[in-house]
Amino acid sequence: MTITQERAPGAAGAPFAGEVLPDHDEGPSGLLKWISSTDHKVIGKNYLYTSIILFFISGIMAMLIRAQLSQPNSSLISFQQFNELFTMHGSLMLYLYAGPFAFGGLANYVIPLQVGAPDMAFPRLNALSYWLYLSGSIIMVSGFLTAGGAASFGWVGYAPLSSVTNSPGTGPDLWIIAIALTGFSAIFTAVNLITTIFYLRAPGMTMFRLPIFTWNMLVTAILILIAFPVLTAAMVMLFADRHFGTHIYSVAGGGVPLLWQHLFWFFGHPEVYILALPYFGIVTDILPTFSRKPVFGYKGMVFATMAIAGLSTGVWAHHMFTTGAVLLPFFSLLSFLIAVPTGIKFFNWIGTMWRGQLTFKVPMLFAIGFLFAFLMGGLSGVLLASPPIDFATHDTYFVVAHFHQVLFGTAVFAAFAGFYYWYPKMTGRMLREGLGKAHFWVMFIGFWLTYVPQYVLGLRGMPRRIAVYPSGLGWTFMNQLSTIGASIIALSFLFMLYNLWVSWAHPIPAGDNPWDAGTLEWWASSPPLHHNFVNLPRIRSERPVWDANHPEHDKAHRPSAIARMAAMSANGQTGGNGHAGGNGQAGDGTTGSPGSAGAH
Amino acid sequence: MRVEALLLLGLAVFFTITGTVYWFTSYEQAGTLMLIGSALLGLLPGAYYFWWSRRMEERTEDRDDAEVAEGAGTVAAFPGSSIWPFVLGVGLALTAVALVLGIWTAVPGIALVISALVGVTVESRRGGTV
Repeated sequence: MTITQERAPGAAGAPFAGEVLPDHDEGPSGLLKWISSTDHKVIGKNYLYTSIILFFISGIMAMLIRAQLSQPNSSLISFQQFNELFTMHGSLMLYLYAGPFAFGGLANYVIPLQVGAPDMAFPRLNALSYWLYLSGSIIMVSGFLTAGGAASFGWVGYAPLSSVTNSPGTGPDLWIIAIALTGFSAIFTAVNLITTIFYLRAPGMTMFRLPIFTWNMLVTAILILIAFPVLTAAMVMLFADRHFGTHIYSVAGGGVPLLWQHLFWFFGHPEVYILALPYFGIVTDILPTFSRKPVFGYKGMVFATMAIAGLSTGVWAHHMFTTGAVLLPFFSLLSFLIAVPTGIKFFNWIGTMWRGQLTFKVPMLFAIGFLFAFLMGGLSGVLLASPPIDFATHDTYFVVAHFHQVLFGTAVFAAFAGFYYWYPKMTGRMLREGLGKAHFWVMFIGFWLTYVPQYVLGLRGMPRRIAVYPSGLGWTFMNQLSTIGASIIALSFLFMLYNLWVSWAHPIPAGDNPWDAGTLEWWASSPPLHHNFVNLPRIRSERPVWDANHPEHDKAHRPSAIARMAAMSANGQTGGNGHAGGNGQAGDGTTGSPGSAGAH
Repeated sequence: MRVEALLLLGLAVFFTITGTVYWFTSYEQAGTLMLIGSALLGLLPGAYYFWWSRRMEERTEDRDDAEVAEGAGTVAAFPGSSIWPFVLGVGLALTAVALVLGIWTAVPGIALVISALVGVTVESRRGGTV
């Protein structure tokens, strides 16, 4: 059944003009709801839970890898199994967890709420995206069930290692098909996000009032449209090489193996930012909320996001420095340049917290953890942008430590910051603070213990992707430290699982706006109704809900605010929201004393 | 609409410059071609949006002084619950897997795809405006 969504005009002078006609047709319930819903909130949750399960599966693979490497000359798993494990660990984390968690899960759930839309622009396409993603994930993991095992050529699938002679069997083929399917799913989601942000915004929600998370998802979606078609095309050509007798990547028939690297990294480097920008956006929404201030340098943030995205498409060959066949100065310069907008972002994040009233709730802790982790990973990235340093450390554990710190910062710290932040909105229940803090601190310690020794290992010359190493090279102790750290990270997730169980078994109702946040999703009920909003507040800044809840800080109408302050000083007390056409909930005056929440 | 158009046109300008510089410094075809493709990705929808943004009335979401009441009326038409995306997804996955496991999975796969296409069309026609 098609539902035409209406906004009613609302009576003149009503507190919130523009009542949206409530629509409670939520369709079937139970399993059928999960399968047939086109509601962005149900699909978003499907994405979230699926990707978290894949994250845990991939984490178990990582633990097996670390267990194998904890002793020299270890024989816990075979070479072939080791190759399959690190390939599938990387593939699951990068293709099936980090991306879909952000643009399929959180963005799907939050973006329509943040722009004031009833749903995504194309709800059935949205559902199709999820089913392609789920079936692609199942196909990729089922590679383990085939006779030859799963794909074992690394998540980058370099030619000629990925050719049919070097990697025979159905596992690699399933891997290729899975990536093509999830690639289409990502493209559909990107189209959906862009259309939703361009066409379904609420009245007054101009582009420069969008929350930064929405902005970053818009830019991410454009990057997806640039990157994923190239990947899917590369995969189709790889499949053709393997089975239809073409020679696109094989020298034998006049092909060019290096072409694979160009195509793959033209996808692969924007992909790194597809995995980072959404998480930057999450952090940029969380920091102002828990600092009780608007975000510092809003437009700077937006343009820094665009600059990062633009530059990220011009640096693909910095993964190919050691091939000797790429233009070093061009790619090195652009890689260094990315540090500039990223630095602007760090400056603005710190500026947002500066002199704010910080409360260290769990989402805030994770967001700050992200700042530390990403800074460390980013700084070692600046080193690697220099070709001489890259020549020395390429394919060593130094690079492994670098990208794990970057991705752990974004796709784990910031991702779970977002998860803890929006969980009350999604379920209507609070998570326990104490358990959340335990999760954070245990994971934070495990994070440093896992990856700092890997930098040292890389500098001592340990190559990546080796299944065994001899003793006596000075690698053993560092590897043991790293394995202990990885175990601590794994343990920290027990706190999260227990937290989820406690929150489900003994719910604490969250209320609509537990964090006193400012963006539009906190205006809807928790969890939001079908088609989201009963009414909308007046939108005059990037924090419409804050403006409505805190009229005493009304900055949108500065002249009237000044007039009100004059009236206040005349009356000698805090008056209400005196000016005509005031903003909604006004009338009876203040919701907080003037000095309490330093938003200015 | 103007900001959206300029965002996409900016993309086109950026990739045109990067692509030109890259070509004349490296003479490498694959990367240049992909940069040109990215420029077109911005240019085509960007030019269309820009053309419209100069001819259409500003939408309420483009005006920073718009009241919520001005947005009254139909927002859009949204389909209700539908089983067909699930059927289509499973059908496409089975069809794709046929490339690996053999033609036998394509038989149910294509059947599901066709029934989903028919189902979506019939559902939309019955539902009215989409």
